[in-house]
Amino acid sequence: MVPLEWVLVLAAALFCTGLYGVLSRRNAIAILMGVELMLNAVNINLVAFWRYREPTAVTGQIFALFVYAVSVAEVAVGLALIFAIRRTQDTVVLEDIDLLKG
Amino acid sequence: MSIFDITFNLAWLIPLFPFLAFVTILLFTYRNRRLSHQLAIGGIAVSTVLSQVVFWAAALLPAGGGQHAFESALIPWLPVGLESFSLGVYVDPATAVMLFMVPLVCLMIFIYSVGYMQGDPRYSRFFAYVSLFATGMLGMAVFNNLLAFFIFWEIMGTCSYLLIGFWYEKKSAISAGLKAFLVTKVGDLFFMLGLALLYAQAGSLAYRDVFSPQTLEHLAHTGFLGTQFPVAAVIALLFFGGTVGKSAQFPLHVWLPDAMEGPTPVSALIHAATMVSAGVFLVVRSFPLFAAVEGGIQMTIVASIGAFTAIFASIIAIAQNDIKRVLAFSTISQLGYMVAALGIGAYVAGVFHLITHAFFKALLFLGSGSVIHGLEHGHHVEQAFQPADVEQPSQPAIFNPNDMACMGGLARRMQRTFWTFLVGGLALAGFPLTAGFWSKDEILAQAYASSPAIFWVLAVAAGLTAFYTARQICLTFLGQPRTSAAERAPESAPSMTVPLIVLAVFAVGLGWAGIPEHFPGLGGRIPNWFGHFVGRTIETTHVVQPTTGATPGFVWQPLALGLAFALGGLALGWLVYGWKPVQAGEVDRVERAFRRVWLGWLYNAMRDRFYCDRIYQATFVRGSILVANLFHEFDRIAVDGLVNLAGRASQAVSRASDWLDVHVVDTLVNLAGRAGRGLSAVSGFFDVRVIDRLVDLAGLGTRAFSSLTAVVDVKVIDSAVDGVGDAVLAGGRFIRPIQTGRVQNYLLLASLMVLALIVTFFMILFLRI
Repeated sequence: MVPLEWVLVLAAALFCTGLYGVLSRRNAIAILMGVELMLNAVNINLVAFWRYREPTAVTGQIFALFVYAVSVAEVAVGLALIFAIRRTQDTVVLEDIDLLKG
Repeated sequence: MSIFDITFNLAWLIPLFPFLAFVTILLFTYRNRRLSHQLAIGGIAVSTVLSQVVFWAAALLPAGGGQHAFESALIPWLPVGLESFSLGVYVDPATAVMLFMVPLVCLMIFIYSVGYMQGDPRYSRFFAYVSLFATGMLGMAVFNNLLAFFIFWEIMGTCSYLLIGFWYEKKSAISAGLKAFLVTKVGDLFFMLGLALLYAQAGSLAYRDVFSPQTLEHLAHTGFLGTQFPVAAVIALLFFGGTVGKSAQFPLHVWLPDAMEGPTPVSALIHAATMVSAGVFLVVRSFPLFAAVEGGIQMTIVASIGAFTAIFASIIAIAQNDIKRVLAFSTISQLGYMVAALGIGAYVAGVFHLITHAFFKALLFLGSGSVIHGLEHGHHVEQAFQPADVEQPSQPAIFNPNDMACMGGLARRMQRTFWTFLVGGLALAGFPLTAGFWSKDEILAQAYASSPAIFWVLAVAAGLTAFYTARQICLTFLGQPRTSAAERAPESAPSMTVPLIVLAVFAVGLGWAGIPEHFPGLGGRIPNWFGHFVGRTIETTHVVQPTTGATPGFVWQPLALGLAFALGGLALGWLVYGWKPVQAGEVDRVERAFRRVWLGWLYNAMRDRFYCDRIYQATFVRGSILVANLFHEFDRIAVDGLVNLAGRASQAVSRASDWLDVHVVDTLVNLAGRAGRGLSAVSGFFDVRVIDRLVDLAGLGTRAFSSLTAVVDVKVIDSAVDGVGDAVLAGGRFIRPIQTGRVQNYLLLASLMVLALIVTFFMILFLRI
């Protein structure tokens, strides 16, 4: 069997890729994609720890399902927000959306 | 550990350097074009040097040692289930000659690309991709098991997709990339099934285990699924499916002509050094498996498909006008040659042709790229001199720099390109003393000895090859320029012509390494070094080989016939196209001749590639769209219907409760409202009379008290409150810059915080601070 560490390294790499995307992309949709990557990295960790450490309990899988549900909701809301912003501000570039600026 | 072992272990590093170049370019240096191409060329140059070292070590290894292959120490690689794959490098003569050819040709192509891709907006990315491509090919050659072979094979598949569709602004490039990817995947599926079957039967995918005499014996005598058909033949045929896809054999040849949409160096890379050679190399590599069952049907199938492809593609090539498409079909036909050679058991001849073909076909592609480049240049110069609104009658409506009808007379303007192209063309046609002559002659000689049918097909294909080569050279370089772009075409830069010259040297000189011993005059004086060296690969597999051994004596018929066909084809081509120079706007001469004898339909079929693309479009593409539509309709009617039903049901329920609300609940509420209104009239009277009086009294008392406190309020409390407000304002002004309004800044801050927390945590955990 593949050692647990490999899976963790994969998840960490995925997480870092996502984080890099979130921090470096200018397009809000790309940022959402980065967030999805990060969430999926977490899912990999959850399932991996479940499989390697507690294969009898189902908590890891259930938790992963929760993460899926949350991420779906997040995408739905996030995309709706981006559409709304696109309509009113005519941009999806996050740097141009600075209404919150003090 | 002897000096040879140390040398062979260098093979580990060969695929590494192009890969490092790929990673570095993609991650760090893609903004710097110059540095990017230097990295790519440097990576492949180091690989070339290492490969040459390994190759010469393998070549100088004493043959009598009984050790034909070197396998390095293994490292555990991929644990799967309870078992684990291990990885090592494996160098045998077949690997060694591939290592001689692949990086050298790649290096030439990379250097050439510097000139060719000049000014492309995605210049650095191009070099990153081609480096990865080289990694795929080199990795496939050096590692010791079929799983690694498959992985690198797929890396190449991905790269071909990326590179064929490199100019993705063109719609045709996108679809060509997709087509190449999907069609080769059909073959890859068979290859993968073969791998699974082999693993299930042999329990390993390492060459050493799979091609050991015991395993081959076992595979040859085990029936497939309880039948008498040996499982070795099934595996060999499944592997051959992969070859058919990758090496563009009939019926999966359709992707290769379209792959010309990519930049020309990519065409050279795909058609010469890497991708298509990979397919043939798979048969070379697993040849013991193909030969395991004596006289089995699998060899016949391989030979027939190869021979058919050879003649089929060379017929089509005659009727093509795109300079690169002619070469594409010529590649398909030459690959058919190699496959046919392997199919009749002419292992050494097949490998020899693979190597020589790589050099002269790379040369021809790069030469055609130089022509196209020159023509585009000429076109630009012409546009610069003339105002855009002047009509040019001699110019076709859309200028196509690939069309040979737009060329002509380039020999004088592009001398270096012409001479090198001529050398490559002669090698392709099998002109005596060029590399192509020696390898083709050997294939023909072996075919003559084993199967007359295959021999005649291949010999006719050789004649057709010579004919279309002569046609191409005449149309491109001889005669008078047929467009003003061709008149102004300049010679390409040295970075493009120098690789051509180097490749031309190999296109002639390489053949001298494999002259058969019984060849009149030259044979025996120059040892048939290639045959001895590569022949060692299969000698030690202890498998009965059909006709791999050298023919007992020299037979003159195949040589004479092969020569007659090659020279005859060349002469005929020159007579038709070179004797009287082709004029602008003239109908193709073969086409005219065909039409005169009522064979126009045949010419149309040849030009349209025997309608293969259309047939596939009508059956497979339409078919899958049909199935997709079917599922779409099912989804729309059945699945969506259920969802809609649920929606309607809840609508009905809500309508019912709406009625209940209006008619029952509202009435009740109104009733209660009316009762409340009566009650309030009574209490209102009481309120005015009694309570108001009391309240007024209290108000008077309060007013007196409040004027007293007002004094205190203004003096004491207000100043305190103002003070706090001012302090907050000042603080806010101080903190405000942090609040940029950019979400990503906040996220960055949060991530840094988390990082700091992690660091702190580890310091507490491990350092016990």
